This record gives sequence, structure tokens and C-alpha cells, in this order.
Amino acid sequence: MGLLVPALAGLLFLVLPLVGLVVRAPWSTMPARLAEPAVLDALWLSVRTATMATAVCLVLGVPLAWLLARADFPGRRVVRALVTVPLVLPPVVGGVALLLVFGRRGLIGEWLDSAFGITLPFTTAGVVLAEAFVAMPFLVIAVEGALRGADTRYEEAAATLGAGRWTTFTRVTLPLVAPGVAAGGVLCWARALGEFGATITFAGNFPGRTQTMPLAVYLALETDVQAAIVLSLLLLAVSVTILAALRDKWVSG
Amino acid sequence: MKPLRLMAVALAAVLAFAACGTKDDPAPQSGEKGVTGPVTVFAAASLTEAFTTIGADFEKAHPGTKVTFNFAGSSALATQINEGAPADVFASAAPKNMQTVTDAGNTKGGAKVFVKNQLVIAVAKGNPKGITGLADLAKPDVKVALCAEQVPCGAAAKKAIGDLKITPVTLEQDVKSALSKVKLGEVDAALVYRTDAKSSPDVDAVEFPESASAINEYPIAALKNGPNAAGAGAFVAYVLSEAGRAVLLKAGFQAP
Repeated sequence: MGLLVPALAGLLFLVLPLVGLVVRAPWSTMPARLAEPAVLDALWLSVRTATMATAVCLVLGVPLAWLLARADFPGRRVVRALVTVPLVLPPVVGGVALLLVFGRRGLIGEWLDSAFGITLPFTTAGVVLAEAFVAMPFLVIAVEGALRGADTRYEEAAATLGAGRWTTFTRVTLPLVAPGVAAGGVLCWARALGEFGATITFAGNFPGRTQTMPLAVYLALETDVQAAIVLSLLLLAVSVTILAALRDKWVSG
Repeated sequence: MKPLRLMAVALAAVLAFAACGTKDDPAPQSGEKGVTGPVTVFAAASLTEAFTTIGADFEKAHPGTKVTFNFAGSSALATQINEGAPADVFASAAPKNMQTVTDAGNTKGGAKVFVKNQLVIAVAKGNPKGITGLADLAKPDVKVALCAEQVPCGAAAKKAIGDLKITPVTLEQDVKSALSKVKLGEVDAALVYRTDAKSSPDVDAVEFPESASAINEYPIAALKNGPNAAGAGAFVAYVLSEAGRAVLLKAGFQAP
């Protein structure tokens, strides 16, 4: 009882807003609203960019988590604190910060533009960048936690048997922490899918190119609350379905 | 941005509750009978600078009053009011959002247009791309930000542009973010209200004749469910008065 009551209250707190959306949803016009091409464009863009952002986070984030968990170097606490910066920063501020670095006049962006003709703001690549920036800490923290929980003796045994650092990492460490990496990836993907502030600030809003579902929901809210509810439910349904399917496959299985 | 708006509602509610505590305090004698206590004003984001000044002037003219503002996009404000936010006055940047509130039966005594606002082309200080009119925005090397059609500045931009072929790189969610894209140098030009361009020292404003076809009217109304009816009426009257209008004209608005 002592735990059950707050647990149920917690569940209720998380689920009630969803109930609000379902109750107020215009079910009769739902099929027609969902069939609009602009909706599918936004949904497809969201799923694609969130997946690419997760891939970026995995490639960069898993090694970073390894560094934080296994390597001993001065200033590690500071580095770990820096990793959580995107969690603390309001996403809109994150978007402005990205503009100051990768924008047309940005620290790196200006050079990218003049040297390679690459400009990131207002592009789909810009959406991926903004989402990866905001979502990466979720992955790094989850994987670091898994690495710290894993028994290092397996890695030491591999090393004594002559495995190099890379072989040990890919053949021993990664399989050990695979559930943690999967959980972190799922969390990262979900956060990227719902990303709004950094995306609209850094990548702008243009249908088919940078207008993801959260942006479409926000703009629908300006004129048509019912349309916004429909879009929100669709985004929720898609993300819950994908996450549940992945969870069965990777995390508990 | 959405949580920010929710926070604004929560804040408005908290402020209204906090203000309730002072309601019974003996207020100093004011010019008009019964005009005292807190007045909660929901106003379009583009009115931020002008209304903040007007609020301070109003408090001076009516001792014992305390004006609290909730500045946000007009459509978000309309939604908040219709969902029961405790507001006394609504000043909208577009008649459409006022209509939403009127249709729901939440205004009192009808809405009055108190100012008009017109679009200009905002460009970086010194106008490096030499933009002189709307036609220059169609050039391929000019990056343009417009507001999304769903928000008033975007609807006005669409009307002003007409058949001209302008391909923006982004459709921003409100006029301030369109302006900030110019300030940050990410775009070369944006269609924003004259008042927004005027409030920013980092941009220059280029007037263009087509904007006359898309002038935005700002209506104001007292609200039926507001806790301070006398204060609401007095605030609306003050905005419509000579003193109120002078502040608005100084900010770049036009008389209706």
C-alpha cells in the first residue's frame, strides 16, 4: 500500500493529459483530417529525422559514454556536467546557440558556407542536428549508467587474453551493455521525435523540409485546436507503437 | 514554446490569485468611482512595449490599480480566455482572434479597433543587399523569412505578396522569431510589422506600397468573466483615449 498509492497517483498524473486529448478529439472527422497529405509529410519527416538523429547520437554518444565511464582523466566531472547542458538549456535557447555556431554567420557555419557551400539552417540536415543536440544526453546518460553497472572483469579478462581496446569494446563491452544502449536509443528517439524548440529556432518551419509533427501541431493550434489534437494523437500513437514494438524486441527480449 | 504558454497561463492564474489578497485593501480615492484593484490584461505580443508604458500611465491615472499583463500570440490568448483564464481585458492583433472570443460569448460591450499596424520589409542594418521593394525578395540570392499563414503576420504577408513569386526559406511561428532571423543574419529579409522593426535597433525597415492592401486591425474588449469589471472598462477607455493613442503612435502603430 505504502508504494502503491503514490505509484498509482504518478500513473494518473502522466495519463490524465492523454485522456484529455482523447476525450476532446473530433473522432468523426478524424479519418479525413489524417488523410491530408501535409499530415503524412510531417509525420514521415518526423520519423525520418528522429531516426537519423538517433543514429548520430549512437555513433557519437556511445563512445562518449564509454569515455565517461571507463577512462580516468582530469576534469571528468566537468565533462559529465557539460554533457547535460542540452537537458538544462531551454530548447529555444539551444536553437539560438546552434545558429550562433552553425548559422550563416556562425563560428563554424560561416566557414562551412564559404569552403563547401554547406548551409545547415532551414534544411532537413538542420532538423537532424537540432534533434541530435537535444536528445544526445539521454543516450549518453543511459549508456554510461549501463557501463558503470557492467562487470569490468570481463573486459580485463579479454585484455589479458590479448584483445585490443577496439576488439574488447566491440566484442565484450557492447554486448554486455546492449540493453542499456537500446534503452538509451529508445529514449533518445522519443525525445528527438517530440523536439520542438531547437528545431523551429534552428531549422525554421517549411512544409516537407523542416516542418516536423510538433511544429505542425503548434501551428495547427493557432487556427484549429481540433486539428492540433488529431495531430498530437497521431504522433503519440505512432511513437507508442514503435517504442512498444522495439521494447519487446530489444529490451526485455 | 508550448510549455512556455502553459506556464504563462499558470502564472496569470497565480498572479490573479495573489492579487485577490489585496482586493479588500482600502484603496486610495481614484478619479472614477470603483476603479481600483488588479486589472489583468491579455494582449498580443506585438503590443508588449506600448502596453507596458500604457499600463504604468494607467496606474498613475487611477491610484490603487495594478495592471498585470499576459503577452502572447493572439490565438493562444483567445484559447486561454475561452478556456476560462481570469482576464479582464483582451487586446488582439487580429479581428479573427477577437471574433473567437466574442463568438464564445466572453466579451462585454463589443470590441473596438484601437490601432492599425502595417507590414514592412525588415533588413539588416545598412541594408547590405540593397532591397528597395517587394520584387527584390523574389531574387534567388535573397533569403526570406515569412510568418506562417496561421498567424496574423503571415496572413497579412500572403495578402500583400499576392501573385508575386517569393519562396521563403522558413515560415516562422510568430513575428518576433521572423525578426530574430534577420537580426542573427540567417535571412536577408523578413516581412514584419512596422512596430516590430522600429523596436529593434539592429534592423532597418523598408516600406513597400503593397502593404497597404494588408493592414492589420487591433481590436480591444472588456471580458465578461473578468473579476474587475470597473477596472476593465477604465483600461479600455484609457487605451482609446488621446493619452493612450499617443503612446501607441509613438511605437509605430497607426490610428484606426
